Amino acid sequence: MAHLTYEEGKKLAMKGLGILAVVTLAEVFIALIGNGHLIEGFRLARWVMYPAMILLSMYKAYFIIYNFMHLGFEVKSLRLSVLLPTTLLIWAIIAFLQEGYTWGERRHDLNKEKIEMSRQAPPQSEGAVHE
Amino acid sequence: MANTQENLWEGGKSPFKASYGKLMMWYFLLSDAFTFAGFLIAYGALRFSSDIWPTPDFVFSTAPFGIEHAPLIFVTFMTFVLIASSVTMVRAVQEGQQENKNGVVFWLFMTILGGLTFLGSQAWEWTNLIAHEGVTVTTNPFSRHTDAGVYLSGEELLAAGFVEVPVAMHGAEHHGEAVAEHGDEHAAAEAASAVYYLPKGAADIPENRYFVKANHHGEVLAGEAFEPGDNYLITYNHATHLYETSAYKTADGSIKKEAFGPKTFGALFFFITGFHGFHVFSGVLFLLIIAINAMSGLYVERRNGYEMVEKVGLYWHFVDLVWVFVFLVFYLL
Repeated sequence: MAHLTYEEGKKLAMKGLGILAVVTLAEVFIALIGNGHLIEGFRLARWVMYPAMILLSMYKAYFIIYNFMHLGFEVKSLRLSVLLPTTLLIWAIIAFLQEGYTWGERRHDLNKEKIEMSRQAPPQSEGAVHE
Repeated sequence: MANTQENLWEGGKSPFKASYGKLMMWYFLLSDAFTFAGFLIAYGALRFSSDIWPTPDFVFSTAPFGIEHAPLIFVTFMTFVLIASSVTMVRAVQEGQQENKNGVVFWLFMTILGGLTFLGSQAWEWTNLIAHEGVTVTTNPFSRHTDAGVYLSGEELLAAGFVEVPVAMHGAEHHGEAVAEHGDEHAAAEAASAVYYLPKGAADIPENRYFVKANHHGEVLAGEAFEPGDNYLITYNHATHLYETSAYKTADGSIKKEAFGPKTFGALFFFITGFHGFHVFSGVLFLLIIAINAMSGLYVERRNGYEMVEKVGLYWHFVDLVWVFVFLVFYLL
């Protein structure tokens, strides 16, 4: 907190505690109410819950990095040399979620093949088939 | 990137206005961030590829002192503890800038306290999952139903032609031990679940064992109905050391039993929270070393003063930051 006085720095720390606590409570509230724990039978769609919780967490991350880790007060080139490489993670996330989706599809295809083959083979008595 | 006000790149001074140690700590944290991002993205890919994944608010709904049915409450407490320890760390750094030795030591010890509380809580969480609920790196008893059905009782299974088999106990002393440890309610559980049922003519292997549904308190839940998408936990019986994959009947009359959940759940959870917990542990050790150094007056002597406290502070805030994302990915999404 080089650009803030000691008193201002202390206030920012306490303000940070409050902000992070409130944002955490908001995230948990969304998770609980969206999954039906607070109001009987009420649920939120995942495409509503997920972006909301992700954005709140990104805000917490921004606050911690810029204020607690002081990166907001550092020289711009230092800040960019740390933050710019993390944008590569956007690529990684999109690529691997796509990859995961493909694995799921492939598993479905393999299961279909297995069922086809077991229909052709003689039936075995091993209790109910659960897949 | 020349600044119009001052040219930082003329040489003779750091263009980032930061010491070597601080800069290297930033780049180490950047690399560690990529490591954690890799693990969390792997979790995302594996979860995305699975049809069924247990809902986090069902899996994580217990807390110490016998608290149950409190979804996400304990892990929210853990998050608060880590946030508070980050704030105490900020105060320690601020006291260092004021060259207040006693203030630095006090706030560092408050931060250490927060870290130890978090580690103790995580240890409880792991113990609960492993010892009580039976989650391992390869076995996951948490899953979700794909059918609508009703849990069956022993009589219904016998009527359907199943054969009742008593569970072979591992020895009288062990049995006595289990009763003494867990008390009467668990003795009742043993009594209720001391049998399983096999389809007629089937071999006595775990795949063929059908149990009557009972929870960890020994309450028999036969007759309970469920919908597709409902979460369930395969009860692990501590006396018999068996996962009681319970029998149910679907609408079309076929008798099935609970299947284990995705295997990767346990492996991912323990590995990622373990890796993070290891960072918290090493962070606590570093904080302890720096606190002792500060107490000894080492930083009063140094030219860069209490900058070491700042550097450890960066590491500690990074640990908090990773937890923000682990909390989001594992418990909220």
